[in-house]
Amino acid sequence: MPEAAAPLLAAEGITRRFGGLAALTDVSFGIGRGEIYGLIGPNGAGKTTLFNVLTGLYSLDAGVFRLDGKTMGSVMPDQVATLGIARTFQNIRLFGNLSALENVMIGRHLRTRAGVWGAVMRTAATRAEEAETEARAHALLEFVGIGERANDMARNLPYGAQRRLEIARALATEPKLLALDEPAAGMNATEKQSLRRLLETIRASGTTILLIEHDMRLVMGLCDRVLVLNHGRRIAEGAPADVQRDPTVIGAYLGGTHREAATT
Amino acid sequence: MDTFLQQVVNGLTLGAVYAVVALGYTMVYGIVQLINFAHGEVVMIGCMVAFTVIVALASAGLPPMLVLALGALAAIAVCMAVGYGIERVAYRPLRNAPRLAPLITAIGLSIVLQHLALLVWGRSYIAFPQIIEVKLYRLGNAETSATISNVQIAIVVASAVMMAALLALVYRTRMGIAMRATSQNPAVAGLMGIDVNRTIAQTFLIGAALGAVAGVMVGAYYGIAHYQMGFMLGLKAFSAAVLGGIGNLAGAVLGGLLMGLIEAMGAGYMGDFTRVCTLDTLLPGFAEACASNPDASLLGSNYKDVYAFIVLILVLVFRPSGLLGERVGDRA
Repeated sequence: MPEAAAPLLAAEGITRRFGGLAALTDVSFGIGRGEIYGLIGPNGAGKTTLFNVLTGLYSLDAGVFRLDGKTMGSVMPDQVATLGIARTFQNIRLFGNLSALENVMIGRHLRTRAGVWGAVMRTAATRAEEAETEARAHALLEFVGIGERANDMARNLPYGAQRRLEIARALATEPKLLALDEPAAGMNATEKQSLRRLLETIRASGTTILLIEHDMRLVMGLCDRVLVLNHGRRIAEGAPADVQRDPTVIGAYLGGTHREAATT
Repeated sequence: MDTFLQQVVNGLTLGAVYAVVALGYTMVYGIVQLINFAHGEVVMIGCMVAFTVIVALASAGLPPMLVLALGALAAIAVCMAVGYGIERVAYRPLRNAPRLAPLITAIGLSIVLQHLALLVWGRSYIAFPQIIEVKLYRLGNAETSATISNVQIAIVVASAVMMAALLALVYRTRMGIAMRATSQNPAVAGLMGIDVNRTIAQTFLIGAALGAVAGVMVGAYYGIAHYQMGFMLGLKAFSAAVLGGIGNLAGAVLGGLLMGLIEAMGAGYMGDFTRVCTLDTLLPGFAEACASNPDASLLGSNYKDVYAFIVLILVLVFRPSGLLGERVGDRA
Protein backbone atom coordinates (compact mmCIF):
# COMPACT_ATOMS: atom_id res chain seq x y z
CA MET A 1 0.00 0.00 0.00
CA PRO A 2 1.51 3.29 -1.04
CA GLU A 3 0.62 5.47 1.95
CA ALA A 4 2.88 5.52 4.93
CA ALA A 5 0.21 6.91 7.24
CA ALA A 6 -2.81 4.79 8.17
CA PRO A 7 -5.37 5.14 5.36
CA LEU A 8 -8.78 6.63 6.03
CA LEU A 9 -10.42 3.62 4.44
CA ALA A 10 -8.71 0.26 4.08
CA ALA A 11 -10.35 -2.59 2.19
CA GLU A 12 -8.88 -6.04 2.71
CA GLY A 13 -9.83 -9.09 0.68
CA ILE A 14 -13.30 -7.84 -0.20
CA THR A 15 -15.31 -10.68 -1.77
CA ARG A 16 -18.94 -10.78 -2.78
CA ARG A 17 -20.71 -13.49 -4.78
CA PHE A 18 -24.19 -13.57 -6.26
CA GLY A 19 -24.91 -17.27 -6.55
CA GLY A 20 -22.23 -18.56 -8.87
CA LEU A 21 -21.17 -15.10 -10.04
CA ALA A 22 -18.16 -13.67 -8.25
CA ALA A 23 -18.91 -9.96 -8.39
CA LEU A 24 -15.86 -9.08 -6.29
CA THR A 25 -12.93 -11.34 -5.54
CA ASP A 26 -10.29 -10.51 -2.95
CA VAL A 27 -10.16 -6.77 -3.64
CA SER A 28 -7.84 -4.74 -1.41
CA PHE A 29 -6.94 -1.07 -1.44
CA GLY A 30 -6.38 1.91 0.84
CA ILE A 31 -7.59 5.47 0.50
CA GLY A 32 -5.51 8.18 2.16
CA ARG A 33 -6.97 11.14 3.98
CA GLY A 34 -7.81 14.02 1.66
CA GLU A 35 -7.30 11.94 -1.47
CA ILE A 36 -9.53 11.82 -4.50
CA TYR A 37 -9.42 8.13 -5.25
CA GLY A 38 -10.78 6.89 -8.55
CA LEU A 39 -12.46 3.55 -9.18
CA ILE A 40 -12.61 2.56 -12.82
CA GLY A 41 -13.17 -0.49 -14.94
CA PRO A 42 -15.35 -1.73 -17.77
CA ASN A 43 -19.11 -2.17 -17.29
CA GLY A 44 -19.85 -5.04 -14.95
CA ALA A 45 -16.41 -4.88 -13.36
CA GLY A 46 -17.90 -4.65 -9.86
CA LYS A 47 -17.53 -0.94 -9.12
CA THR A 48 -21.07 -0.33 -7.96
CA THR A 49 -21.09 -3.64 -6.09
CA LEU A 50 -18.05 -2.38 -4.20
CA PHE A 51 -20.01 0.76 -3.26
CA ASN A 52 -22.93 -1.36 -2.16
CA VAL A 53 -20.90 -3.60 0.14
CA LEU A 54 -19.05 -0.56 1.48
CA THR A 55 -22.31 1.18 2.39
CA GLY A 56 -23.98 -1.87 3.90
CA LEU A 57 -26.56 -2.41 1.15
CA TYR A 58 -25.02 -5.82 0.40
CA SER A 59 -23.37 -8.08 2.92
CA LEU A 60 -19.78 -9.24 2.48
CA ASP A 61 -18.88 -12.86 1.78
CA ALA A 62 -15.31 -12.28 2.89
CA GLY A 63 -12.97 -9.45 3.71
CA VAL A 64 -13.16 -6.39 5.89
CA PHE A 65 -13.38 -2.61 5.65
CA ARG A 66 -11.56 -0.46 8.16
CA LEU A 67 -12.47 3.18 8.54
CA ASP A 68 -10.00 5.23 10.54
CA GLY A 69 -8.38 1.96 11.63
CA LYS A 70 -11.66 0.63 13.08
CA THR A 71 -13.20 -2.52 11.62
CA MET A 72 -16.65 -1.76 10.25
CA GLY A 73 -17.99 -5.31 10.53
CA SER A 74 -21.47 -5.92 9.21
CA VAL A 75 -23.34 -2.67 9.71
CA MET A 76 -26.70 -1.29 8.73
CA PRO A 77 -26.70 1.50 6.14
CA ASP A 78 -27.65 4.16 8.71
CA GLN A 79 -24.69 3.13 10.86
CA VAL A 80 -22.42 3.47 7.85
CA ALA A 81 -23.63 7.05 7.52
CA THR A 82 -23.06 7.64 11.23
CA LEU A 83 -19.52 6.28 10.92
CA GLY A 84 -18.82 8.86 8.25
CA ILE A 85 -19.42 7.45 4.78
CA ALA A 86 -21.97 9.03 2.47
CA ARG A 87 -22.72 8.19 -1.13
CA THR A 88 -24.56 9.15 -4.26
CA PHE A 89 -26.05 6.83 -6.83
CA GLN A 90 -25.36 6.05 -10.46
CA ASN A 91 -29.10 6.15 -11.10
CA ILE A 92 -30.16 9.17 -9.08
CA ARG A 93 -32.11 8.21 -5.98
CA LEU A 94 -33.50 11.35 -4.48
CA PHE A 95 -36.68 11.55 -2.48
CA GLY A 96 -38.62 12.80 -5.47
CA ASN A 97 -41.70 14.00 -3.62
CA LEU A 98 -39.73 16.06 -1.13
CA SER A 99 -38.32 19.51 -1.80
CA ALA A 100 -34.62 19.97 -2.51
CA LEU A 101 -34.28 21.56 0.91
CA GLU A 102 -35.98 18.64 2.65
CA ASN A 103 -33.75 16.18 0.84
CA VAL A 104 -30.72 17.91 2.33
CA MET A 105 -32.36 18.19 5.75
CA ILE A 106 -32.70 14.41 5.74
CA GLY A 107 -28.96 14.21 5.41
CA ARG A 108 -28.76 16.31 8.60
CA HIS A 109 -30.99 13.81 10.40
CA LEU A 110 -28.26 11.86 12.09
CA ARG A 111 -26.45 14.99 13.26
CA THR A 112 -29.55 16.30 14.98
CA ARG A 113 -31.54 14.84 17.82
CA ALA A 114 -34.92 16.51 18.30
CA GLY A 115 -37.45 13.90 19.39
CA VAL A 116 -41.22 13.69 19.36
CA TRP A 117 -41.51 15.50 22.66
CA GLY A 118 -39.55 18.49 21.46
CA ALA A 119 -41.48 18.56 18.22
CA VAL A 120 -44.83 18.52 20.00
CA MET A 121 -43.88 21.02 22.71
CA ARG A 122 -41.91 23.28 20.35
CA THR A 123 -39.16 23.58 22.93
CA ALA A 124 -36.55 26.27 22.49
CA ALA A 125 -33.89 23.63 21.83
CA THR A 126 -35.98 22.04 19.09
CA ARG A 127 -36.74 25.35 17.43
CA ALA A 128 -33.09 26.35 17.52
CA GLU A 129 -32.08 22.99 16.06
CA GLU A 130 -34.67 23.18 13.31
CA ALA A 131 -33.54 26.67 12.37
CA GLU A 132 -29.93 25.49 12.37
CA THR A 133 -30.77 22.45 10.22
CA GLU A 134 -32.57 24.59 7.71
CA ALA A 135 -29.80 27.14 7.58
CA ARG A 136 -27.19 24.43 7.05
CA ALA A 137 -29.30 22.83 4.34
CA HIS A 138 -29.65 26.18 2.55
CA ALA A 139 -25.91 26.72 2.81
CA LEU A 140 -25.21 23.30 1.29
CA LEU A 141 -27.59 23.98 -1.60
CA GLU A 142 -25.75 27.25 -2.21
CA PHE A 143 -22.46 25.41 -1.99
CA VAL A 144 -23.35 22.96 -4.76
CA GLY A 145 -24.84 25.81 -6.77
CA ILE A 146 -28.59 25.14 -6.65
CA GLY A 147 -29.55 27.51 -3.82
CA GLU A 148 -32.34 29.11 -5.82
CA ARG A 149 -34.12 25.76 -6.31
CA ALA A 150 -34.49 25.01 -2.57
CA ASN A 151 -38.27 24.76 -2.59
CA ASP A 152 -38.68 22.85 -5.83
CA MET A 153 -39.69 19.21 -5.63
CA ALA A 154 -36.60 17.11 -6.21
CA ARG A 155 -38.21 15.26 -9.11
CA ASN A 156 -38.85 18.55 -10.94
CA LEU A 157 -35.21 19.62 -10.92
CA PRO A 158 -33.18 19.35 -14.11
CA TYR A 159 -30.87 16.39 -14.33
CA GLY A 160 -27.64 18.21 -13.52
CA ALA A 161 -29.25 19.87 -10.51
CA GLN A 162 -30.45 16.46 -9.27
CA ARG A 163 -26.87 15.18 -9.38
CA ARG A 164 -25.75 18.22 -7.39
CA LEU A 165 -28.58 17.75 -4.94
CA GLU A 166 -27.46 14.18 -4.30
CA ILE A 167 -24.00 15.50 -3.47
CA ALA A 168 -25.45 18.16 -1.15
CA ARG A 169 -27.57 15.53 0.60
CA ALA A 170 -24.54 13.29 1.07
CA LEU A 171 -22.44 16.20 2.37
CA ALA A 172 -25.14 17.03 4.90
CA THR A 173 -24.24 13.87 6.82
CA GLU A 174 -20.78 15.41 7.36
CA PRO A 175 -18.94 12.43 5.90
CA LYS A 176 -15.25 11.70 6.21
CA LEU A 177 -15.51 9.80 2.95
CA LEU A 178 -17.80 10.89 0.14
CA ALA A 179 -18.45 8.07 -2.35
CA LEU A 180 -19.70 9.28 -5.72
CA ASP A 181 -21.07 6.80 -8.25
CA GLU A 182 -20.66 8.32 -11.73
CA PRO A 183 -21.48 11.91 -10.78
CA ALA A 184 -20.70 13.20 -14.28
CA ALA A 185 -22.88 10.69 -16.12
CA GLY A 186 -25.05 12.49 -18.64
CA MET A 187 -23.41 15.87 -18.10
CA ASN A 188 -22.12 18.07 -20.90
CA ALA A 189 -18.58 19.45 -21.00
CA THR A 190 -19.44 22.71 -19.19
CA GLU A 191 -21.31 20.87 -16.45
CA LYS A 192 -18.39 18.48 -16.06
CA GLN A 193 -16.01 21.40 -15.64
CA SER A 194 -18.09 22.91 -12.88
CA LEU A 195 -18.53 19.48 -11.25
CA ARG A 196 -14.77 19.14 -11.25
CA ARG A 197 -14.39 22.49 -9.50
CA LEU A 198 -17.03 21.45 -6.98
CA LEU A 199 -15.23 18.19 -6.17
CA GLU A 200 -11.93 20.03 -5.78
CA THR A 201 -13.58 22.46 -3.35
CA ILE A 202 -15.02 19.55 -1.37
CA ARG A 203 -11.64 17.94 -1.16
CA ALA A 204 -10.06 21.22 -0.11
CA SER A 205 -12.57 21.41 2.75
CA GLY A 206 -11.11 18.17 4.11
CA THR A 207 -13.45 15.49 2.78
CA THR A 208 -11.92 12.45 1.14
CA ILE A 209 -13.56 11.37 -2.11
CA LEU A 210 -14.02 7.94 -3.66
CA LEU A 211 -15.10 8.36 -7.25
CA ILE A 212 -16.50 5.93 -9.80
CA GLU A 213 -16.34 7.60 -13.16
CA HIS A 214 -16.30 6.61 -16.82
CA ASP A 215 -15.14 9.93 -18.15
CA MET A 216 -11.40 9.32 -18.37
CA ARG A 217 -10.50 12.98 -18.82
CA LEU A 218 -12.27 13.79 -15.57
CA VAL A 219 -10.66 10.84 -13.77
CA MET A 220 -7.19 11.63 -15.06
CA GLY A 221 -7.46 15.32 -14.23
CA LEU A 222 -9.00 14.92 -10.81
CA CYS A 223 -7.85 11.72 -9.14
CA ASP A 224 -4.66 11.30 -7.14
CA ARG A 225 -4.74 7.55 -7.53
CA VAL A 226 -6.90 5.10 -9.42
CA LEU A 227 -7.94 1.51 -8.80
CA VAL A 228 -8.89 -0.56 -11.82
CA LEU A 229 -11.31 -3.47 -11.49
CA ASN A 230 -12.13 -6.06 -14.11
CA HIS A 231 -14.42 -9.05 -13.61
CA GLY A 232 -14.47 -8.27 -9.90
CA ARG A 233 -10.71 -8.38 -9.49
CA ARG A 234 -8.16 -5.68 -8.90
CA ILE A 235 -5.98 -5.44 -11.99
CA ALA A 236 -4.07 -2.22 -11.38
CA GLU A 237 -3.65 0.67 -9.00
CA GLY A 238 -1.59 3.81 -9.12
CA ALA A 239 -1.30 7.33 -10.47
CA PRO A 240 -3.71 7.93 -13.36
CA ALA A 241 -0.94 8.40 -15.92
CA ASP A 242 0.71 5.07 -14.99
CA VAL A 243 -2.53 3.16 -14.93
CA GLN A 244 -3.43 4.53 -18.34
CA ARG A 245 -0.32 2.94 -19.85
CA ASP A 246 -0.75 -0.39 -18.07
CA PRO A 247 -1.13 -3.13 -20.73
CA THR A 248 -3.53 -5.13 -18.52
CA VAL A 249 -5.78 -2.11 -18.19
CA ILE A 250 -5.69 -1.41 -21.92
CA GLY A 251 -6.49 -5.07 -22.54
CA ALA A 252 -9.42 -4.95 -20.14
CA TYR A 253 -10.96 -1.94 -21.85
CA LEU A 254 -10.27 -2.95 -25.43
CA GLY A 255 -10.87 -6.67 -24.91
CA GLY A 256 -7.76 -8.82 -24.68
CA THR A 257 -7.37 -11.92 -26.84
CA HIS A 258 -7.68 -14.31 -23.90
CA ARG A 259 -10.60 -12.48 -22.33
CA GLU A 260 -14.26 -12.45 -23.12
CA ALA A 261 -15.33 -8.96 -23.99
CA ALA A 262 -17.11 -7.63 -20.92
CA THR A 263 -20.40 -6.46 -22.22
CA THR A 264 -23.52 -5.46 -20.41
CA MET B 1 -85.05 17.35 5.57
CA ASP B 2 -84.70 16.53 9.26
CA THR B 3 -83.57 13.04 8.44
CA PHE B 4 -81.03 14.43 6.03
CA LEU B 5 -79.57 16.91 8.49
CA GLN B 6 -79.53 14.32 11.25
CA GLN B 7 -77.76 11.80 9.04
CA VAL B 8 -75.19 14.40 8.01
CA VAL B 9 -74.38 14.97 11.68
CA ASN B 10 -74.28 11.25 12.42
CA GLY B 11 -72.26 10.57 9.29
CA LEU B 12 -69.67 13.22 10.07
CA THR B 13 -69.26 11.88 13.60
CA LEU B 14 -68.87 8.34 12.37
CA GLY B 15 -66.67 9.56 9.53
CA ALA B 16 -64.36 11.36 11.94
CA VAL B 17 -63.82 8.09 13.79
CA TYR B 18 -63.25 6.18 10.53
CA ALA B 19 -60.81 8.85 9.41
CA VAL B 20 -58.71 8.54 12.56
CA VAL B 21 -58.63 4.73 12.24
CA ALA B 22 -57.96 4.96 8.49
CA LEU B 23 -54.95 7.19 9.23
CA GLY B 24 -53.46 4.29 11.18
CA TYR B 25 -53.84 1.97 8.18
CA THR B 26 -52.58 4.46 5.68
CA MET B 27 -49.51 5.56 7.66
CA VAL B 28 -48.33 2.00 8.09
CA TYR B 29 -49.09 1.21 4.45
CA GLY B 30 -47.27 4.33 3.33
CA ILE B 31 -44.08 3.37 5.08
CA VAL B 32 -43.90 -0.44 4.76
CA GLN B 33 -46.52 -1.22 2.06
CA LEU B 34 -48.27 -3.52 4.51
CA ILE B 35 -51.96 -3.67 5.36
CA ASN B 36 -51.87 -3.95 9.14
CA PHE B 37 -55.08 -5.91 9.53
CA ALA B 38 -54.51 -6.04 13.28
CA HIS B 39 -55.14 -2.29 13.51
CA GLY B 40 -58.87 -2.78 14.11
CA GLU B 41 -57.98 -4.93 17.11
CA VAL B 42 -55.73 -2.18 18.44
CA VAL B 43 -58.77 0.11 18.34
CA MET B 44 -60.80 -2.52 20.18
CA ILE B 45 -58.11 -2.88 22.85
CA GLY B 46 -58.06 0.90 23.27
CA CYS B 47 -61.80 0.85 23.88
CA MET B 48 -61.52 -2.04 26.34
CA VAL B 49 -58.64 -0.54 28.33
CA ALA B 50 -60.44 2.79 28.60
CA PHE B 51 -63.55 0.91 29.76
CA THR B 52 -61.61 -0.89 32.51
CA VAL B 53 -59.90 2.27 33.75
CA ILE B 54 -63.09 4.31 33.72
CA VAL B 55 -65.03 1.64 35.61
CA ALA B 56 -62.23 1.35 38.17
CA LEU B 57 -62.13 5.12 38.72
CA ALA B 58 -65.87 5.74 38.50
CA SER B 59 -66.44 5.42 42.22
CA ALA B 60 -63.38 7.45 43.20
CA GLY B 61 -65.28 10.72 43.02
CA LEU B 62 -63.01 12.33 40.45
CA PRO B 63 -64.42 14.78 37.92
CA PRO B 64 -65.84 12.86 34.94
CA MET B 65 -63.65 14.64 32.37
CA LEU B 66 -60.55 13.67 34.34
CA VAL B 67 -61.68 10.04 34.51
CA LEU B 68 -62.28 10.01 30.76
CA ALA B 69 -58.89 11.61 30.12
CA LEU B 70 -57.15 9.05 32.33
CA GLY B 71 -58.99 6.26 30.53
CA ALA B 72 -57.86 7.64 27.18
CA LEU B 73 -54.25 8.03 28.36
CA ALA B 74 -54.19 4.44 29.63
CA ALA B 75 -55.65 3.28 26.31
CA ILE B 76 -52.99 5.21 24.39
CA ALA B 77 -50.18 3.75 26.51
CA VAL B 78 -51.40 0.16 26.17
CA CYS B 79 -52.13 0.48 22.45
CA MET B 80 -48.72 1.98 21.76
CA ALA B 81 -47.14 -0.97 23.54
CA VAL B 82 -49.30 -3.37 21.51
CA GLY B 83 -48.53 -1.54 18.27
CA TYR B 84 -44.82 -1.59 18.94
CA GLY B 85 -44.97 -5.27 19.92
CA ILE B 86 -46.83 -6.16 16.74
CA GLU B 87 -44.22 -4.48 14.56
CA ARG B 88 -41.26 -5.86 16.47
CA VAL B 89 -42.44 -9.45 16.83
CA ALA B 90 -44.59 -10.07 13.78
CA TYR B 91 -43.68 -7.67 10.97
CA ARG B 92 -40.02 -6.76 11.31
CA PRO B 93 -38.75 -10.32 10.87
CA LEU B 94 -40.83 -10.50 7.67
CA ARG B 95 -39.77 -7.13 6.27
CA ASN B 96 -38.03 -8.72 3.30
CA ALA B 97 -40.32 -11.72 2.96
CA PRO B 98 -42.77 -12.07 0.05
CA ARG B 99 -45.68 -9.72 0.62
CA LEU B 100 -48.17 -12.48 1.22
CA ALA B 101 -46.34 -13.56 4.38
CA PRO B 102 -46.83 -10.36 6.44
CA LEU B 103 -50.41 -10.11 5.14
CA ILE B 104 -51.27 -13.54 6.48
CA THR B 105 -49.39 -12.76 9.69
CA ALA B 106 -51.51 -9.62 10.05
CA ILE B 107 -54.70 -11.65 9.82
CA GLY B 108 -53.32 -14.17 12.29
CA LEU B 109 -52.35 -11.40 14.69
CA SER B 110 -55.80 -9.94 14.47
CA ILE B 111 -57.28 -13.28 15.57
CA VAL B 112 -54.72 -13.63 18.37
CA LEU B 113 -55.48 -10.14 19.71
CA GLN B 114 -59.23 -10.76 19.52
CA HIS B 115 -58.88 -13.89 21.59
CA LEU B 116 -56.58 -12.28 24.11
CA ALA B 117 -59.27 -9.66 24.57
CA LEU B 118 -61.83 -12.45 24.86
CA LEU B 119 -59.82 -13.95 27.71
CA VAL B 120 -59.43 -10.63 29.52
CA TRP B 121 -62.82 -9.00 28.98
CA GLY B 122 -65.10 -11.95 28.28
CA ARG B 123 -67.40 -12.73 25.37
CA SER B 124 -70.44 -10.64 26.25
CA TYR B 125 -71.22 -7.08 25.25
CA ILE B 126 -69.93 -4.56 27.76
CA ALA B 127 -71.83 -1.38 28.54
CA PHE B 128 -69.36 1.46 28.18
CA PRO B 129 -69.94 3.73 31.20
CA GLN B 130 -71.64 6.99 30.21
CA ILE B 131 -69.78 9.17 32.65
CA ILE B 132 -70.32 12.27 30.58
CA GLU B 133 -73.94 13.29 30.69
CA VAL B 134 -75.23 13.44 27.12
CA LYS B 135 -76.66 16.80 26.16
CA LEU B 136 -78.54 17.30 22.92
CA TYR B 137 -78.48 20.55 21.00
CA ARG B 138 -81.16 21.32 18.44
CA LEU B 139 -79.82 22.26 15.04
CA GLY B 140 -81.33 25.22 13.23
CA ASN B 141 -84.78 26.61 14.04
CA ALA B 142 -87.23 25.19 16.52
CA GLU B 143 -89.17 23.15 13.95
CA THR B 144 -86.30 20.81 13.06
CA SER B 145 -85.86 17.68 15.09
CA ALA B 146 -82.22 17.17 14.07
CA THR B 147 -79.86 17.29 17.03
CA ILE B 148 -76.18 17.07 17.79
CA SER B 149 -74.91 15.78 21.12
CA ASN B 150 -71.98 17.01 23.15
CA VAL B 151 -70.33 13.62 22.60
CA GLN B 152 -70.61 14.04 18.85
CA ILE B 153 -69.12 17.52 19.04
CA ALA B 154 -66.28 16.22 21.19
CA ILE B 155 -65.56 13.39 18.72
CA VAL B 156 -65.47 15.69 15.72
CA VAL B 157 -63.32 18.29 17.49
CA ALA B 158 -60.91 15.71 18.93
CA SER B 159 -60.53 14.05 15.51
CA ALA B 160 -59.85 17.37 13.82
CA VAL B 161 -57.21 18.26 16.41
CA MET B 162 -55.49 14.89 16.06
CA MET B 163 -55.47 15.07 12.27
CA ALA B 164 -54.01 18.57 12.35
CA ALA B 165 -51.37 17.45 14.84
CA LEU B 166 -50.50 14.46 12.68
CA LEU B 167 -50.14 16.57 9.55
CA ALA B 168 -47.92 19.02 11.45
CA LEU B 169 -45.84 16.12 12.72
CA VAL B 170 -45.41 14.55 9.30
CA TYR B 171 -44.82 17.74 7.33
CA ARG B 172 -43.07 20.00 9.82
CA THR B 173 -40.78 17.93 12.01
CA ARG B 174 -37.50 16.11 11.67
CA MET B 175 -39.23 12.85 12.51
CA GLY B 176 -41.87 13.49 9.84
CA ILE B 177 -39.25 14.12 7.18
CA ALA B 178 -37.56 10.86 8.17
CA MET B 179 -40.90 9.08 7.81
CA ARG B 180 -41.58 10.51 4.37
CA ALA B 181 -38.07 9.70 3.23
CA THR B 182 -38.35 6.13 4.52
CA SER B 183 -41.68 5.66 2.80
CA GLN B 184 -40.20 6.80 -0.52
CA ASN B 185 -37.05 4.73 -0.35
CA PRO B 186 -36.01 2.93 2.83
CA ALA B 187 -32.61 1.87 1.48
CA VAL B 188 -31.54 5.39 0.57
CA ALA B 189 -33.04 6.81 3.76
CA GLY B 190 -30.83 4.39 5.68
CA LEU B 191 -27.77 5.54 3.77
CA MET B 192 -28.56 9.11 4.72
CA GLY B 193 -28.34 8.13 8.36
CA ILE B 194 -31.98 7.52 9.14
CA ASP B 195 -32.53 4.56 11.44
CA VAL B 196 -35.16 2.86 9.31
CA ASN B 197 -36.25 0.37 11.99
CA ARG B 198 -36.75 3.16 14.48
CA THR B 199 -38.69 5.28 12.01
CA ILE B 200 -40.98 2.38 11.14
CA ALA B 201 -41.52 1.63 14.84
CA GLN B 202 -42.43 5.30 15.41
CA THR B 203 -45.00 5.05 12.63
CA PHE B 204 -46.61 2.05 14.29
CA LEU B 205 -46.59 3.86 17.65
CA ILE B 206 -48.34 6.92 16.24
CA GLY B 207 -50.87 4.79 14.35
CA ALA B 208 -51.61 2.82 17.51
CA ALA B 209 -52.04 5.97 19.60
CA LEU B 210 -54.56 7.31 17.06
CA GLY B 211 -56.30 3.93 17.14
CA ALA B 212 -56.52 4.06 20.94
CA VAL B 213 -58.26 7.43 20.87
CA ALA B 214 -60.58 6.16 18.15
CA GLY B 215 -61.42 3.22 20.40
CA VAL B 216 -62.36 5.54 23.25
CA MET B 217 -64.49 7.61 20.87
CA VAL B 218 -66.32 4.56 19.56
CA GLY B 219 -66.97 3.37 23.09
CA ALA B 220 -68.27 6.77 24.16
CA TYR B 221 -70.43 7.12 21.04
CA TYR B 222 -72.09 3.73 20.89
CA GLY B 223 -71.89 3.08 24.63
CA ILE B 224 -71.06 -0.54 23.98
CA ALA B 225 -67.90 -2.61 23.59
CA HIS B 226 -67.21 -6.13 22.47
CA TYR B 227 -64.08 -8.14 21.76
CA GLN B 228 -65.02 -8.44 18.07
CA MET B 229 -65.89 -4.78 17.58
CA GLY B 230 -62.53 -4.03 15.99
CA PHE B 231 -63.07 -6.40 13.10
CA MET B 232 -65.88 -4.62 11.29
CA LEU B 233 -64.63 -1.18 12.31
CA GLY B 234 -61.16 -2.04 11.00
CA LEU B 235 -62.51 -3.32 7.68
CA LYS B 236 -64.60 -0.20 7.20
CA ALA B 237 -61.70 2.11 8.05
CA PHE B 238 -59.49 0.12 5.70
CA SER B 239 -62.12 0.55 2.98
CA ALA B 240 -62.12 4.27 3.78
CA ALA B 241 -58.33 4.39 3.40
CA VAL B 242 -58.60 2.63 0.03
CA LEU B 243 -61.38 4.99 -1.03
CA GLY B 244 -59.17 8.00 -0.27
CA GLY B 245 -56.06 6.41 -1.76
CA ILE B 246 -54.08 4.21 0.59
CA GLY B 247 -50.79 5.71 1.71
CA ASN B 248 -52.16 9.23 1.41
CA LEU B 249 -52.92 11.04 4.70
CA ALA B 250 -55.39 13.55 3.27
CA GLY B 251 -56.99 10.66 1.40
CA ALA B 252 -57.58 8.76 4.64
CA VAL B 253 -59.35 11.77 6.14
CA LEU B 254 -61.47 12.33 3.04
CA GLY B 255 -62.21 8.62 2.67
CA GLY B 256 -63.17 8.32 6.33
CA LEU B 257 -65.57 11.23 6.23
CA LEU B 258 -67.15 10.03 2.98
CA MET B 259 -67.47 6.52 4.33
CA GLY B 260 -69.22 7.81 7.45
CA LEU B 261 -71.62 9.89 5.37
CA ILE B 262 -72.33 7.05 2.96
CA GLU B 263 -73.07 4.70 5.82
CA ALA B 264 -75.30 7.20 7.64
CA MET B 265 -77.20 8.12 4.48
CA GLY B 266 -77.59 4.47 3.55
CA ALA B 267 -78.90 3.62 6.99
CA GLY B 268 -81.21 6.62 6.98
CA TYR B 269 -82.77 6.19 3.57
CA MET B 270 -82.51 2.55 2.56
CA GLY B 271 -85.65 1.72 4.54
CA ASP B 272 -87.66 4.38 2.69
CA PHE B 273 -86.36 3.38 -0.70
CA THR B 274 -87.18 -0.27 -0.25
CA ARG B 275 -90.57 0.13 1.40
CA VAL B 276 -92.71 -2.69 0.04
CA CYS B 277 -95.52 -0.35 -0.97
CA THR B 278 -93.11 1.79 -2.99
CA LEU B 279 -91.73 -1.29 -4.68
CA ASP B 280 -95.27 -2.43 -5.48
CA THR B 281 -95.65 0.41 -7.96
CA LEU B 282 -92.45 -0.62 -9.76
CA LEU B 283 -92.38 -4.37 -9.54
CA PRO B 284 -95.19 -6.88 -9.39
CA GLY B 285 -95.48 -9.23 -6.48
CA PHE B 286 -95.25 -6.86 -3.54
CA ALA B 287 -98.96 -6.04 -3.36
CA GLU B 288 -99.70 -8.70 -0.80
CA ALA B 289 -96.83 -7.67 1.45
CA CYS B 290 -97.90 -4.04 1.14
CA ALA B 291 -101.44 -4.87 2.10
CA SER B 292 -100.46 -6.89 5.15
CA ASN B 293 -97.94 -4.32 6.51
CA PRO B 294 -97.75 -0.96 4.74
CA ASP B 295 -94.70 0.14 6.73
CA ALA B 296 -92.53 -2.90 6.05
CA SER B 297 -89.26 -2.42 4.18
CA LEU B 298 -87.21 -4.90 2.26
CA LEU B 299 -83.89 -3.57 3.55
CA GLY B 300 -83.61 -1.73 6.85
CA SER B 301 -80.90 0.19 8.63
CA ASN B 302 -79.32 -3.04 9.82
CA TYR B 303 -77.84 -3.27 6.33
CA LYS B 304 -75.62 -0.30 7.20
CA ASP B 305 -72.47 -2.44 7.21
CA VAL B 306 -72.96 -3.31 3.55
CA TYR B 307 -72.21 0.12 2.11
CA ALA B 308 -68.55 0.23 3.05
CA PHE B 309 -67.93 -2.91 1.07
CA ILE B 310 -70.00 -1.82 -1.91
CA VAL B 311 -67.83 1.29 -1.95
CA LEU B 312 -64.66 -0.81 -1.59
CA ILE B 313 -65.65 -2.97 -4.56
CA LEU B 314 -66.56 0.04 -6.71
CA VAL B 315 -63.27 1.77 -5.88
CA LEU B 316 -61.23 -1.34 -6.63
CA VAL B 317 -62.99 -1.76 -9.96
CA PHE B 318 -63.12 1.83 -11.19
CA ARG B 319 -60.35 3.70 -9.41
CA PRO B 320 -57.95 1.31 -7.67
CA SER B 321 -55.60 4.14 -6.67
CA GLY B 322 -58.39 5.85 -4.71
CA LEU B 323 -59.64 9.43 -4.86
CA LEU B 324 -56.38 11.14 -3.95
CA GLY B 325 -54.00 8.25 -4.55
CA GLU B 326 -51.16 8.46 -6.99
CA ARG B 327 -50.69 5.89 -9.66
CA VAL B 328 -49.59 2.60 -8.23
CA GLY B 329 -47.22 0.08 -9.69
CA ASP B 330 -43.84 1.77 -9.77
CA ARG B 331 -42.91 0.07 -6.51
CA ALA B 332 -43.05 -3.70 -6.37
